[in-house]
Amino acid sequence: MAHQKWDKETAKSLIQKYSSLQGGLLECMHGLQHHFGCVAPESMDLMASAFNLSRAEVHGVFSFYHDFRSSPAGHKIIQICRAEACQAMGSRGLTAHVQDLLGLKLGETSENGNFTLESVYCLGNCALPPNVSVDGKLYARVSPEKFNKIMTEGA
Amino acid sequence: MINIYVPCDSTALSVGADDVVLELILQADRRGEDINIIRNGSWGMAYLECLLEVEVDGVRIAYGPALPEDVTSLFDAGFLGGGDHELCQGVTQEIPYLKNQERLTFVRCGLASPLDIDAYIGNSGYRGLQNSLKMPPQAIVDEVSNSGLRGRGGAAFPTGIKWNTALGAAVAQKYICCNADEGDSGTFADRILMECDPFTLIEGMSIAGLAVGADQGYIYLRSEYPLCKIMLEKAFKIARDRGYLGQNICGTDFSFDIEIRMGAGSYVCGEETAMLNSLEGRRGVVRAKPPLPAIEGLFGLPTVVNNVLSLASVPIIMDKGGDYYKDFGIGRSKGTIPFQIAGNIKRGGLVEKAFGVTLPELIYDFGGGTMTEKPLKAVQVGGPLGSYIRSDGLDLPMDYEKFTEAGAVLGHGGIVVFDETADMSAQAEFAFDFCAVESCGKCTPCRIGAVRGEEVIAKIRAGENVEENWHLALDLCDLMEAGSLCAMGGMTPFPVKSAMEFFPEDFTDDPKILASEPKGFSDKNMPCAPKETM
Ligand SMILES: Cc1cc2nc3c(=O)[nH]c(=O)nc-3n(C[C@H](O)[C@H](O)[C@H](O)COP(=O)(O)O)c2cc1C
Ligand code: SF4
Ligand code: FES
Repeated sequence: MAHQKWDKETAKSLIQKYSSLQGGLLECMHGLQHHFGCVAPESMDLMASAFNLSRAEVHGVFSFYHDFRSSPAGHKIIQICRAEACQAMGSRGLTAHVQDLLGLKLGETSENGNFTLESVYCLGNCALPPNVSVDGKLYARVSPEKFNKIMTEGA
Repeated sequence: MINIYVPCDSTALSVGADDVVLELILQADRRGEDINIIRNGSWGMAYLECLLEVEVDGVRIAYGPALPEDVTSLFDAGFLGGGDHELCQGVTQEIPYLKNQERLTFVRCGLASPLDIDAYIGNSGYRGLQNSLKMPPQAIVDEVSNSGLRGRGGAAFPTGIKWNTALGAAVAQKYICCNADEGDSGTFADRILMECDPFTLIEGMSIAGLAVGADQGYIYLRSEYPLCKIMLEKAFKIARDRGYLGQNICGTDFSFDIEIRMGAGSYVCGEETAMLNSLEGRRGVVRAKPPLPAIEGLFGLPTVVNNVLSLASVPIIMDKGGDYYKDFGIGRSKGTIPFQIAGNIKRGGLVEKAFGVTLPELIYDFGGGTMTEKPLKAVQVGGPLGSYIRSDGLDLPMDYEKFTEAGAVLGHGGIVVFDETADMSAQAEFAFDFCAVESCGKCTPCRIGAVRGEEVIAKIRAGENVEENWHLALDLCDLMEAGSLCAMGGMTPFPVKSAMEFFPEDFTDDPKILASEPKGFSDKNMPCAPKETM
């Protein structure tokens, strides 16, 4: 996914926009991550002053939530559902296959920046497990073979 | 022109609905057929997705599960005229899976385009709100109380009592917060409702606002559901344009509007007080109760927190009356609940039934048994904090009290089926692992206990000091049940202990453990978990 390069002025104006939203710090972090691909450490101070919070408080919020990252993800973000319904249809085996294929463990980004591999707990498609999401696009009943096909054909 | 319905929800998309549509358009063009594609909401029959419906003489004929590569043979078989084909399921409404349901909350789901507000109104939408607009607030609350509706988010607290508390708070600013965090594995009914019939939720929230005197609603939506956000925001706009949301709703002096706030991948933020903190832009740490959210909730003001399905059940209650609603169900479990059949299951999907239906009916009659066709080993009902139920213990009616008596959890109605290949010691280890990842960190038994629990189960699985570690694990479970503030720490022991009690052979071959009298999970002094109040 294409994101903009970090730029303080843009970040400032984004943050300014969210700071008028009541309780808007989470939305602000989502907004930054949407724009820049991450919530850059440089943005912490800016948020602290805009929201009238301490840096520690802002960092505390940032670090609480699994979604927020401090450096950009890989070009493709692959999320494997590891919750129970998907486990019941082989998500453990699928996870092993994907880790082998990409040479990555869950939570890692490949050095060349191609892939980020993550676990997710339920994608809400539990009637057709196991499920995988690639850059936000959901795929159901993903066997190892189907995963390979998704990666090569984008199918 | 022939109408063809192709669902637009996440499940249909996950099996290629957009590609099917593309193929339909290309082929129709090539064959000179005049078709009109309607992207409807899903009927919830996930196992039939992508489910095409062709309207023939005003009747909808279903074909599914259809892949893009099936489109050619569908045309060849004359499906535009309802022709026979191996994917043909007959008249949609006659499909037993659908026909045998009792749809109240999901009565419209699948009928039309989710954003077609005229279809919504034409199918008895907004009648509940129209009735409510003519009633004093207390009468609305009383009607909801009379219906017997209990919270569908897990704790099953009577919705009417909660609303009454908020109504009684003499404060000008109040809020309605819809809990759309749906984090439980095996659940997707909230998602389907928001993607496929968003006006029902909007109507339900508006009635809640009218009843307690709130003019602002928030939907706390999990970030895993981006399509819900898109659908809801479009629906807000349409509802505002038509005077059903915003200032002076339906020309009255009642004003109410809704904003969506996105979660950020935290399970515990589904707990209502953690959700309130998160809505305020803070860490999603659980708050101690009291104060009750209905008295001191969002930004310290009276707040009704309800699950999506609780709120979405209100329109039909206010349309047909509390008496009509409570005619469904058994005991103190009134009305219907959309069950979600998931995991290793042949016909997974959403099944709305009155309380009282049994697990075997849902798993076998509706679900068709395991997908793999291997014997069923265990079922987890009620999400990751629910107990594992053994195949010989399934004969339970779906009823809040009956489940509690059996040491199980009905929760949000998710049913996850496992076949004989499941390793229940791995499931127990996962339950602790999940708790360790998702704990909000406020209490030590949960924050540290989950980490230690995972280690202990791993040791048992590796055969290290099995007897000692077995008892340690059970002790730890007792401690977590007794010493946790919320159900995250307080109920993680449910899946762990039920797995240990029912499937000890999956953990160890130590004869001492296996020989020990199986206490039977349900006979134990269960549950010590913190009882959730509103
Ligand atoms: C760890 C945890 C997670 C929860 N997750 C959800 C959830 O995702 N959705 C939900 O509606 N309720 C969830 N609940 C229950 C809420 O705390 C609360 O009871 C509910 O939102 C109230 O609405 P209701 O009365 O309409 O059910 C959760 C509770 C706990 C302890
Ligand atoms: S039990 Fe766990 S999740 Fe719940 S309040 Fe305590 S630490 Fe937080
Ligand atoms: S458990 Fe994997 S999608 Fe729900």
